Amino acid sequence: MRHRINIRRYPGFLPVTILCLVVLYAPLLVVMVYSFNDSLSITRWGGFSFRWYMDIFTGPESAKFKDAAWNSLTIALSAAVASTIIATAAAVAMVRGGAFRGKALNLALISMPIMVPEIVTAVATLVFFSAIGFTLGYLSILVAHIVFCIPFAYLPIAARLQGIDGSYEEAAQDLYASRFQAFLRVLMPLMAPGILAGFLLAFIISLDDFIITNFIKGAGIETLPTAIFGAVKQGIKPNIMALSTLMLSVSIIIVTLSYFISRYGRPGTKAEA
Amino acid sequence: MAAELASTRAVSRTFEPVRAPLLIPTWVIIGFFLVAPVLMMLAYSFLTKEFRGGVIWEFSLAAYDQFIFDRGLFGDEPPQIEWTYIVIFVRSIIQAGVATLLCLIIGFPTAYFIATRPRATRSMWLFLVTVPYWVNLLIRTVSMKFLIRDNGPLNEALLGLGVINEPIALINTDFAVQLGLFYSYLPFMVLPIYASVERYDFALSEAAADLYANRWTILRRVILPIVRPGIVAGCILVFVPSLGAFLAPDLLGGAKNFLIGSLIEEQFKGNAGNWPFGAAASMILLSLVLIALFIYARRQARRSAQAL
Amino acid sequence: MAEGNIAIDVRNAVKRFGAVTALAGASLTIRDNEFFTLLGPSGCGKTTLLRLIAGFEEITEGEILLYGEDIGALPPNRRPINTVFQHYALFPHMTVAENVAFGMRRLRWSKADIEDQTGRILDLVKLGDLAARRPAQLSGGQQQRVALARAMAPGPKVLLLDEPLSALDLKLRQAMRIELKQIQKETGITFVFVTHDQEEALTMSDRIAVMSAGEIRQVGTPREIYEAPVDRFVADFIGETNVLDVTVHRGPEGVWTCRLPGGAAFPCQTGRPPQDGAAAHVLIRPERLSLVSEAACENGMTGVIDQAVYLGTDIQYGVRLDGGPALLVRAQNAGESAEPFRPGDRVGLAIAPGAARLLID
Ligand SMILES: Nc1ncnc2c1ncn2[C@@H]1O[C@H](COP(=O)(O)OP(=O)(O)O)[C@@H](O)[C@H]1O
Ligand SMILES: [Mg+2]
Repeated sequence: MRHRINIRRYPGFLPVTILCLVVLYAPLLVVMVYSFNDSLSITRWGGFSFRWYMDIFTGPESAKFKDAAWNSLTIALSAAVASTIIATAAAVAMVRGGAFRGKALNLALISMPIMVPEIVTAVATLVFFSAIGFTLGYLSILVAHIVFCIPFAYLPIAARLQGIDGSYEEAAQDLYASRFQAFLRVLMPLMAPGILAGFLLAFIISLDDFIITNFIKGAGIETLPTAIFGAVKQGIKPNIMALSTLMLSVSIIIVTLSYFISRYGRPGTKAEA
Repeated sequence: MAAELASTRAVSRTFEPVRAPLLIPTWVIIGFFLVAPVLMMLAYSFLTKEFRGGVIWEFSLAAYDQFIFDRGLFGDEPPQIEWTYIVIFVRSIIQAGVATLLCLIIGFPTAYFIATRPRATRSMWLFLVTVPYWVNLLIRTVSMKFLIRDNGPLNEALLGLGVINEPIALINTDFAVQLGLFYSYLPFMVLPIYASVERYDFALSEAAADLYANRWTILRRVILPIVRPGIVAGCILVFVPSLGAFLAPDLLGGAKNFLIGSLIEEQFKGNAGNWPFGAAASMILLSLVLIALFIYARRQARRSAQAL
Repeated sequence: MAEGNIAIDVRNAVKRFGAVTALAGASLTIRDNEFFTLLGPSGCGKTTLLRLIAGFEEITEGEILLYGEDIGALPPNRRPINTVFQHYALFPHMTVAENVAFGMRRLRWSKADIEDQTGRILDLVKLGDLAARRPAQLSGGQQQRVALARAMAPGPKVLLLDEPLSALDLKLRQAMRIELKQIQKETGITFVFVTHDQEEALTMSDRIAVMSAGEIRQVGTPREIYEAPVDRFVADFIGETNVLDVTVHRGPEGVWTCRLPGGAAFPCQTGRPPQDGAAAHVLIRPERLSLVSEAACENGMTGVIDQAVYLGTDIQYGVRLDGGPALLVRAQNAGESAEPFRPGDRVGLAIAPGAARLLID
């Protein structure tokens, strides 16, 4: 018999990890399960049914939910596209622009939307928009979303770019490509997984936002989170659980997708010499 | 060797000439739609309030004064310390602190456990821990509220199992808020700790064991000091958003567990608000956050200076 | 020399990175059709000089002419110069053929021309079969050839190669040396080759520039560099050498004699006549010294063998001279039977004629 003590292992860490996962997933699972509850009461289990899913598509609130879903999706899509473009340009400048004075300041500016507490951003934006006479509505939500999506798009893009050896662009330029061609034909394809990850991140973050949206949306327009919040204020109804289940499924699918994308595309980084 | 490294790692500066144009969109968007609003809030915090929301452009320290002193209904009584808002801030700090501690107690073993998995399964574990973070925060908080209600599934289950005789009152307690914050930001604790444990060289544990240290001594004397930057990063990443959190206190804490977030919100919603006061509270919150980040950044800078 | 004969003329090139001076006033002329090597220890500024020629760095002072034209203001994509990168920098998202065609496409060659040239060049580097592969599916040696093909395809006037062989293993490296040299001869393209490996430089180059600390110490043919190093750095860097402190004395018929502190004396070669009785350094390559019996020693260089190191083809002895310095002596390995010298033996040294070179700093 060989007694080998693995000093890496700590008894008790596995149970804690499992506890951690239980805490993380239990509320979501419970909501998922109860969304299939065929009962008006949210407390009693009344058998399995799709009734609340039917309800959100055809029920009395379905029009409200559809509008909200449309707003959420179009805003998330536009905000993600815009912030990804802005963040890609910024990442190229920051990572491939050499050392310069004010680099730290630029980085602080880019990450500012993450650093400022959301509630402060929300009220500041509200006050600012009303001061400059920017009508609250779809457009104001979109602009605010672009702002706070930028750092989330920036991080994976910049990280990817940092992993790409600088000699690729130099090789392209050496082979008679202009700076723009070097970006378009060499750098961008190599950055693609990072850009895609940044886009998806921005998309989810925009879809996710409640606090800022809630402040600056103005009257008469809802996104899914604000609609849900409004409904929840009157108590949790089963159709809200169905809606939540749909939304969390979308998030999980997107995250899973981006997980596999980022695992897949890894060329372009050269082995350390 | 060093020269070799320097020359192979030489940073590419291909886009140096177009750096400014590439950064202009960021400057414009974030500068105009975030820096300007925050600066405006700073200005508002020094203005006079107008009833029914809004400000009068007249310099005043009233907002900050109101935060600290009670001068009676008409402002003509001798000033006394006004505890209401200070208590709200202190309570917010305590709540955020407890949530951070909870995250650390659960997050460290989890991060450590994941970092010591075989390489093949590591990213799967990490993925499992991060997925819930991507689910809408509102939905997660609502789910938590649903789970821990007085007659929610948790209490039902415990009653059914005979663990308890009557429902535990979780909802609308401080603990519910802490639980909600913990649940909201746990991945922020796990990820940086994981990153530093993954870099940790386990030959050091072996060396310590060779020198007669037991497991827990190794953890305390070798591993923890070495992975501390990750722990500090995790704590800040959890503490900062917890401090200004709005959803968890609002949905899980009920009316009596009023925190900074709700205090600020109240000043700007509806007509009863006091904009300069809300602006002042925002600036105080922002200062707390920036101080925490600044201390962290300074530590990081000092560490990397030492590493060179 | 005719102006048209010079491919690249580097005049007093200075490059500073902030406080670091990577090049401290280097001047060079590289001839047309030449295999020219920049040799020096790592960090001496070879890559920097190459990057200045390619246009990736802006020159701080001085100028660089390509066939008589100042190219200092041209961006890299306007210079008819191509580079083989140290780690190849093959575009991972393109096939071998697309990589090779990249430069020609940017120069707007016709489709047919591009196809022709791609085929021709891939045949030249013996990669005709692998045109459809991606770089990740190639071995290190094959990637190296693709990098070479890609850089040569647009027909540059000058090809720059930054330690292109350093990532290959020894056997492949030696084979590639011969092949590279052959390709250079065939194509007639001017090669500027960077290496820190003196053996590589000696075997491949028409001419070598030895660099140190941002300066060019000596330019010459491999033979000149090895046999007539201008200073101690060059002598030390290229092969092993013995450096001895001596005093120089004029002998009969213009022959100079070196005298060691211990009294031993031997004739030496010198380019510039020194002052009679001056202190100087003398260089002797270990392979040009041989061991003789103490009795047979004519020049008075006698001593004790410190150590003997078996090197395969050679045996290297360390000899401590009586009352003087220690020297390395390299003798051919003549087989087991013929190993008369052991550590502790007393021996004398013989110097091959013309092997002792005087250095006047
Ligand atoms: N981009 C750069 N920034 C700062 N210093 C540099 C840079 N590139 C090179 N150097 C410095 O210049 C010197 C010469 O470097 P290099 O030309 O790469 O040497 P070699 O190629 O001979 O090894 C080194 O000291 C190196 O650290
Ligand atoms: Mg180099």
